[in-house]
Amino acid sequence: MIRLFAAGVAALALAGSTLVAPATAASPPRQADLEAEIVCPTCHTTLDMSTSPIAARMKTFIRVRIAAGDSAEEIKAKLVDQFGPAVLAEPPKRGFDLLAWLLPLAALVVGIVVVGALAWIWSRRRETGADPDDPGLDPDLERRVDEELARYED
Amino acid sequence: MTGRARTVGQIFAIGAVALLLGLLVWKLAFGSGGGAANELAKGKHPAAPAFELSRLDVSGGKMSLADLRGKPVIVNFWASWCIPCKDEAPALQKTYEKYRAQGLTVLGVDAQDFRQDARRFTKRFGVTYPVVYDGSGSTLGKWGVTGFPETFFVDRSGRLVGERIQGGIDTERNKAAYARGIQAALGQAQ
Repeated sequence: MIRLFAAGVAALALAGSTLVAPATAASPPRQADLEAEIVCPTCHTTLDMSTSPIAARMKTFIRVRIAAGDSAEEIKAKLVDQFGPAVLAEPPKRGFDLLAWLLPLAALVVGIVVVGALAWIWSRRRETGADPDDPGLDPDLERRVDEELARYED
Repeated sequence: MTGRARTVGQIFAIGAVALLLGLLVWKLAFGSGGGAANELAKGKHPAAPAFELSRLDVSGGKMSLADLRGKPVIVNFWASWCIPCKDEAPALQKTYEKYRAQGLTVLGVDAQDFRQDARRFTKRFGVTYPVVYDGSGSTLGKWGVTGFPETFFVDRSGRLVGERIQGGIDTERNKAAYARGIQAALGQAQ
């Protein structure tokens, strides 16, 4: 049980450290990658899935900025400045937005712990047989039940 | 399962149900659900949803709808990439020039657009009325805007009057409603 909990915490910590790890050395951004990471503000799909006028305009903007030598992060920052953070298909892996990445993992770990705990309690109950908290039948009631059953048998 | 585990389980279950019910009630009470346009369509005259946005025509300036309280206002939501917005731009400018002396103003809300494109648009069409910039479209839900252009009329008390106009104001379909909206905003409704 404790081992399971420790494994969950370790997985969460590992995921968190991976999420906040700095990007590797910059290579020129690819148009297709950015179109898959930016959301069209009117149709709420990624640019590569959209043919709306504003999506077409944003694709042109990305093309121009790549040609001008901007990095992917710079292009995204410029689009966020214009359209707000909702334009990013994935929330940033920093600050408050990091919660969007960590909470599902935390929920998964809590779920595993809860299910594990319940399974452990049920398996123990099956091993010991009776529920220790179950006081059983009142002796007087048990005697009356026996008498009633005996009467039916007669 | 022990009695304590059962109680904890029940508390979790009741808590989860209460949380979901709370979210449902909150959504029903405060969710946009069509925004002010929906209320207007039901014949009500809700207060025009407030906003404060940066001005497109004045560098570094901000403008809120409250700044125009006491004046009739035509609020026009548009974007530079929208074709009908280009078609109606001259008519909006003409309205502004015609009714300005009566206190009426036009307020353009450029949404989901590039600032530079919007500035080029206002220059190209000779727009002289105030225009604010809402790149993220934060105002759209509250107003109930579902496309561009859309036009609303606000009277001197800050309430929505007339009809919400979807599409160009100078189209055959919308001309009469546009004229009625102006009169309602001016307080001269028939």
